Parts: sequence; structure tokens; C-alpha cells
Amino acid sequence: MNLINRFLDRMQKIGAATLHSFRRLGRGSVFLLEVISSCASLFVRPLLVVKQLYSVGVQTLIIIVVAGLFVGMVMALQSYYALVDFGAEDSVGVMVALSLLRELGPVVTALLFAGRAGSALTAEIGLMKATEQLSGMEMMAVNPMQRVVAPRFMAGVISMPLLATIFSAVGVIGAYMVAVELLGLDSGAFWSQPQNKVDLHLDLYNGIIKSVVFGVVATWIAVFEGYDCIPTSEGLGQATTRTVVHSSLAILFLDFVLTALMFTK
Amino acid sequence: MTSRKIEILVGLFVAAGIAAFFMLAMSVSNMSSYSTGETYEIKARFDNIGGLKVRSPVSAGGVTIGRVSNIQYNSESYEAEVSMQIEAKYDKFPIDTAASILTSGLLGEQFVGFEPGAEEEFLQGGDVIDLTQSALVLEQIIGQFLYSMADDSGEAE
Repeated sequence: MNLINRFLDRMQKIGAATLHSFRRLGRGSVFLLEVISSCASLFVRPLLVVKQLYSVGVQTLIIIVVAGLFVGMVMALQSYYALVDFGAEDSVGVMVALSLLRELGPVVTALLFAGRAGSALTAEIGLMKATEQLSGMEMMAVNPMQRVVAPRFMAGVISMPLLATIFSAVGVIGAYMVAVELLGLDSGAFWSQPQNKVDLHLDLYNGIIKSVVFGVVATWIAVFEGYDCIPTSEGLGQATTRTVVHSSLAILFLDFVLTALMFTK
Repeated sequence: MTSRKIEILVGLFVAAGIAAFFMLAMSVSNMSSYSTGETYEIKARFDNIGGLKVRSPVSAGGVTIGRVSNIQYNSESYEAEVSMQIEAKYDKFPIDTAASILTSGLLGEQFVGFEPGAEEEFLQGGDVIDLTQSALVLEQIIGQFLYSMADDSGEAE
């Protein structure tokens, strides 16, 4: 009898956890629809988005530029050492450009974005909730969805593709510095090989589509976790952690799905 | 932070993003080969196209003059039919021009090479090139080599 009870307890825990995650998923989806529908009001007050673009986009720029530069430099160095054995070191340019445009640009940018901007968004909105600023707004008949959440969401969605393209461009420049200036490769081959192999539609546009998708997902998770958090210091801390963990996992998983859809013929 | 400063910084950020996109599009991707405008189509039939792909370059004398636009298998003549878009400014190829599938370097990508003939008439859009040479398939060459080796050693015994 005791054994059966313990078994049932275990089953109940699993069931409760499943139901809880489904409930959160449902709330999150409804929340996303609400956010998208209140985005229309942003055209009346574009300044709200500009302010958020500053804190979400411009302030993330430094870490993106530095990371992109070093990722490009390391990629050039490593692919040079791998390719020089085959006498194919002229392909360093195309290798770096393709991997940056297709994968590293969108993914690394999104991971850094989730860590730098996503966590800040969650903490900001969560603290507004904990200090009852959101309820205060509702009391004053100001819709917090339109005033607080939608501008942040919009700014995240706009910033991500911009940041990802800047990341890739800076990465290619970093690779150029290492490959041509440091390792002495021919600069003509460095630029002409990518021009032959990298396709504008297949590689560049798909990379940008990826970064838009990651932007939507990362910002959605960030604002939802903030809006949905338990309004205590502990709950806020957990929500911020969840933002970074969940959006990183979602980005990596979606990257696989998108790559499978885009680059397999 | 005044509103003006924020707006200037955001403006710079957006401009930097767009500039990065154009830098990638112009100098890293093949956008320059899209913007060449007018082209005309030439077809050629090959026994074996090897690793030729759509968008592989078509070159004459080492200069890229167009791209492969379509590859199909013709099940009546048992040949591969390759359509190529040639830039309109290169419209003076004689009708006895030969097309062959070549490889850049030992293991590089494959491309179609044009060898101009001597006729007075020129190829028009939609024409088919008759003089073609298939791709060298490395496995077949190695196979033939091994076969002849085996033959030689068989005679020696």
C-alpha cells in the first residue's frame, strides 16, 4: 500500500509539473498575441520605441562588436591552421563569411542579446510589477501593455537583425585583419572567394530571417518572464535566470529547426 | 541623457546596421553578379556534368561571363541539359563555340568553360551548343588507371 502511495505521489508531481509548464506556455502565447495587438498603438508614440532601442540596442552594441571582432579573428586563425595542410588557405575568407552569416552571426548575437538585454528587460518589468507601478498605471487608465511591454518588444525585434548584421560584418573585418594582415594571405582571394560562394538570398537573407526569429523569441521570453514573475525579490531573481536559460535553449533549438528548413534541399 | 542625444545614438545604431548589411551584401556575397542586368540563355548537352551545380560560373578565357541557371536530365537523348545565362554584353560567340566542364584546381569547384570557334555567325538566345566535353570524373580515371595496371601485370606473368 505504502509503495502504491509513493508511486502515486511521484506521478502527481510529474503531472503537476507538466500542467504547470503547459499553463505557462498558454499564458505566454496569449501574452504574445496581446503584445502584438498592442504594437499598433506604438505608431502614435514612436518615441517610446526609440528610447527602448537605445537601452536594448545601442547599449548592447559594444559587447556585440567586441565579440564579433574576436570570433572572426579566432575563426580565421583556426580555419587557416586547418586549411593550410591542404593548401586551401585561400578559402579562409569564404569559410569565415559563410559560418558567420549562416550560423554564428545570428546565434551568438542572440545568446549575447538574451544575456545582456533580455535579462535587463525581465528585471525592469519584474521590478515595475513588484513595486506595483504596473497596477498604478492601470489605475490611471494607462494600458501597461501598450506603454511598457510593447515598446520593449518592438525594440528587441528591430535590434536583433541590426545587431546580427553588425556582428557578421565586424567578424569578417576581424578575419580580414588576421588572415591578410597577420598571416599574409592574398587579400584578393580573401574577398573574391566569398563573392563567388556566398549567395545573397540563400545565405545573407536567411541569416537575417534567423536573427528576426531569434529576436522575437528572446524578447518575448524576456518580457513575458518579467510580466509573469512572482513579485518578490526571490521571484524576480528566478525570473531573470529563467529568461537567460529558456531563451538560450529556445535559440539553439530553433537554430537547428531553421537550419534544417533553410539549408537542406 | 536628453531625448536628442538618445535619438542621435539610435539613429547611428540603425545606420550602422544598414551599413553593415550593405557591406556584407557588396563585398562578401554575390550581389554584384545579380546586378549585371540583361542576359541571354544558351543551352548545352553533356554526357556527364560531374559536380556542376546551378549558379556555377560560366567562363571564357578565365573571365566569368555568366552563370548556370538550370540543369535537367533529358530522358530521350540520355543527356544532361544545362541552361546558362550569359551576360548580354558578351554576345559575340561563334556558333561553333565549344563548351566543356572544367575544374578549378585539382579539387576545386566545377564550371563551364567556353572555347570560341571560328564561324562568322554568332550564338543567339535559346541556341544549343553541340560541341561539348563532359566533366572529368576522378573516380573513372582512377578506375581506368587501375584496370590498365592490372592488365599490364597480367601480361607480365
